[in-house]
Amino acid sequence: MASMRDIKRRRSSIASTQQITNAMKLVSTVKLQKTKARAERSKPYFDKMYETVTSMLAKSGTIDHPYLKPQQSGKKAVIVLTSNRGLAGGYNANVIKLITGSGFEPSDLLLYTVGNKGKEFLQHRGYEIAQDYSEVIENPMFQDAKEICEEVLRKYAAGEIGEIYLAYTYFRNTVVHEPKFLKLLPVEVDEGDIQAARENSLMNYEPEEEEALEVIIPKYMTSILYGALVEAVASENGARMQAMDSATSNAQEMIDHLTLQYNRARQGSITQELTEIIAGANAIQ
Amino acid sequence: MADEGKFFDLEIITPDRVFWSGKASMLELNTTEGQVGIYRRHIPMTMIIEPGIVKIHLEGELKEAAVHAGFIEILPDKITMMAEVAEWPDEIDINRAKEAEQRAERRLQAHDPRIDMSRAELALKKSIVRQQLAER
Repeated sequence: MASMRDIKRRRSSIASTQQITNAMKLVSTVKLQKTKARAERSKPYFDKMYETVTSMLAKSGTIDHPYLKPQQSGKKAVIVLTSNRGLAGGYNANVIKLITGSGFEPSDLLLYTVGNKGKEFLQHRGYEIAQDYSEVIENPMFQDAKEICEEVLRKYAAGEIGEIYLAYTYFRNTVVHEPKFLKLLPVEVDEGDIQAARENSLMNYEPEEEEALEVIIPKYMTSILYGALVEAVASENGARMQAMDSATSNAQEMIDHLTLQYNRARQGSITQELTEIIAGANAIQ
Repeated sequence: MADEGKFFDLEIITPDRVFWSGKASMLELNTTEGQVGIYRRHIPMTMIIEPGIVKIHLEGELKEAAVHAGFIEILPDKITMMAEVAEWPDEIDINRAKEAEQRAERRLQAHDPRIDMSRAELALKKSIVRQQLAER
């Protein structure tokens, strides 16, 4: 049996860890509130964007535009959104799994990473990192999304990459975050939505559809990326809050267990002392 | 009730917020095809926005805002504007806009092949629109 001093030392060490995890939980709860509100504010823009692009595609399904047709190049660009900090449970691992489990060969992929954790891991695994935008994830702005998109689209237009994907964590609600792997280009929208849009498509375009498409598709991509960035940040804080919450309650469980052990050891030592005194007294008589 | 007929629903949405939502009787804005004014019962149309001042005509009131990029979807009784950046006059920092104008002009005059001309031109347009609106 461990000595009383050992148990006491162990218990106080766990108590101070618990204080830290508890503080981190509080911090991420506050951050979650903020980022969640932000994700909700950007939703109307994204929804409307999706609706517009769907109705454009419904009308212009026959247009032969590079944004709509698969490209020659076999290279695939993936924008990977992870966090810069750890201690967020499975948050980063889940996004990384999307890449390693995507079935694509590492040599076919070209990664644009946002977030240190994903970058470090994937680089180590032998994936090629085209560019890293890790500082963006701290406070994503629309301008950042725009810059990343411009860079990727430039490569796409130059024929260096044939497809563009996005790996991020979708923020369903405070407790449910789903890792998602989306295809950005060539544009694919749900067939059912296209049918629905086709029924009331009397839309005119000025300038002509092709030209409008040329402008609107990059905007559509930017808005998806921005939405994904904002949601990824909310998910990160949600995941960290959960991880820290269970860490705090695990620490509490260990403290309770150790307290019980400590009390038993204390009781044991008192009993032992008593028997020793009584035995000593008996020996004197 | 006679006036009911002239209002349409107007929504201006930016990535960060719903900038404006309400009824309006006319909307003026700058598009790639030139300046346009839109009343109710316009034919369905999607247009691309150029940097400019957007005028929202409300009942006996005129609201102005600077809008820099995006597109607009027009339906007979509903107009949705998807703006990447939209600002009210009191949100504009005029000194910053003046500085931006200087910088953009310098870049345009430098004739440096490394400089993205269309980008510098856009920056110049934006800064001029901002100043125009803020100085009223």
